[in-house]
Amino acid sequence: MTGRGKAGGGAFLACHGAGRWARLGAETDQPAGAFPLQIYLPIAEVTANVFVLLGIGGVAGLLSGMFGVGGGFLITPLLLFIGIPPAVAVATGVNQVVASSVSGVLAHLKRRNVDLVMGNVMLAGGVLGAVLGIWLFSVLRRMGQTELLVQFSYVGLLGTIGTMMLLESVRALRRSRDPKARPRRLHQHNWVHKLPFKMKFRTSGLYISVVPPLMVGAVAGVLAAIMGVGGGFLMVPAMIYVLGMPTKVVVGTSLYQVIFVAALTTVLHAATTGAVDILLALVLILGGVIGAQLGTRLGVRLNPEQMRILLALLVLAVAGRILLDLVLTPDELYSIVVTGRL
Amino acid sequence: MRGGLRLWLVAAAVALAGVAGAARAQEAPPAAPTEQVLAGLSTTTVALTASFEGSEILVFGAVYRTVPVAEDAAPLAVIVTVQGPPQRLSVWRKGRRGGVWMNVEEVRVARAPSFYAVATSAPLTEALSATEDLRHQVSIPRAIRAFGAFATVADAPAFTEALIRLRTGQGLYQLNEGAVELTRETLFRTTVALPANLTEGMYAARVFLTREGQVLDVYETVIDVRKAGIERWLSVLAREQPVAYGLLAVLLAVVAGWGASTAFRLLRS
Repeated sequence: MTGRGKAGGGAFLACHGAGRWARLGAETDQPAGAFPLQIYLPIAEVTANVFVLLGIGGVAGLLSGMFGVGGGFLITPLLLFIGIPPAVAVATGVNQVVASSVSGVLAHLKRRNVDLVMGNVMLAGGVLGAVLGIWLFSVLRRMGQTELLVQFSYVGLLGTIGTMMLLESVRALRRSRDPKARPRRLHQHNWVHKLPFKMKFRTSGLYISVVPPLMVGAVAGVLAAIMGVGGGFLMVPAMIYVLGMPTKVVVGTSLYQVIFVAALTTVLHAATTGAVDILLALVLILGGVIGAQLGTRLGVRLNPEQMRILLALLVLAVAGRILLDLVLTPDELYSIVVTGRL
Repeated sequence: MRGGLRLWLVAAAVALAGVAGAARAQEAPPAAPTEQVLAGLSTTTVALTASFEGSEILVFGAVYRTVPVAEDAAPLAVIVTVQGPPQRLSVWRKGRRGGVWMNVEEVRVARAPSFYAVATSAPLTEALSATEDLRHQVSIPRAIRAFGAFATVADAPAFTEALIRLRTGQGLYQLNEGAVELTRETLFRTTVALPANLTEGMYAARVFLTREGQVLDVYETVIDVRKAGIERWLSVLAREQPVAYGLLAVLLAVVAGWGASTAFRLLRS
């Protein structure tokens, strides 16, 4: 009935993403109809437009269908843009990652493209990382800096990844036009091979120390807890270039690790921040399923190298938008954090 | 419609007046107010479901008199307030640190209503004296108790002003002067708009009757705002058994992910 106080009401529970965050998306008035276009999210305590939420899930799904990346790195910032509180955006984002990873790993398991031994070592690291990340998140939350933590980590990570992807795509594009160029060697002997605690990873055909996979897993775990992502976009290159794993098993193995790390992080977030919104997650998952199917079909038709450049530009655009929010004078300097109920 | 409602209101008011008058007469205190207020609400329960888009509550009533109004009496005023469950909160102010805007100053508010609406039949300052406002905590600034970490910030009032401004912008705090329709100093009605982003709990509704800024009588009742259906079940589980809630979230995600990939594989083949 009233067109007021829609998703701009991110003031509950966690930091209110002041002004600029809340302007996009869900504030549109709509005729009162039988179908609830606006959905009340019980944990976020915010009302948002169902189609906007489906679209956010859909964009992430589209990316995963086209490129095989999780797309989780887009969900959390987009949720922030429409005024979902940062803690809910992170905790619910990681819940959505569980679903997209399960749906992705099944095909890889069937083709035996999962190195379970390597996956479990990385999982052990991931558990440590997730616990560390949750601790960091709650410390900063108590200091009123959840929003800053999320913004900073996104600008840093998306900025780096986007730049790397862009450079790599441009290089690849040039290589494809210049047939004389030599392909790069993937498996190189580097510092990884000098570390102790070596172990045999049969599926990957590797005999390396467990320390690097533990570390890669741990970093992904921290990212899951503070950013609500699976961390595949970081793990996949690390597994190829640092660990020297065969490309064939990399995606399946990282998805395997992500399922369990994301599941653990979801439970930890539910227990500490209480910010997992199941209803929101389900709408995002539904959107993701539809998007992934569209993405798979689109991905076949389009030039992969050009698409990779587009993805890199998209990632950079999201990072740039968050960076602007950090450095430009905000419209609203004040924000409300509810710390308790009387 | 309008006329019918008014007629019904009169009937209701008369009936109410009879019942309440009888009830009050029995325990009559020595100096009973000569004018008493009787009020009703169009609804006393609000269900927050997934499709909740806000609601309007009609507050209506009548003035019951034992003695006729004096010829030279000051005009009567009616004030209606609806107050959501109180919260403890922090108001943060951003500042630039190393080129980056971040939360740097905090003022803790010991108690602030999650929702607060004031509707009056006359400008609030005319309808209520400052002393009475202090006693009954009627105006929005009076409803907020902001003492606590005052010492840390130089301009603490700016923070409470920001709190009121932000929540007014979200429709959570409302001051509607003149929104109470008062007919012949006897019948009154107003509507209070509840926005979509409500917090659940017991909402206190008060109706004040004043002359010359002095409160003559107060009527109090409650509105029960609660999450309903699946919303309620989820939020209770999340609060009381967070680990079970987390496991449920994971289970649902696994089932959804597995179901989606299976469904689309079947669809393709």
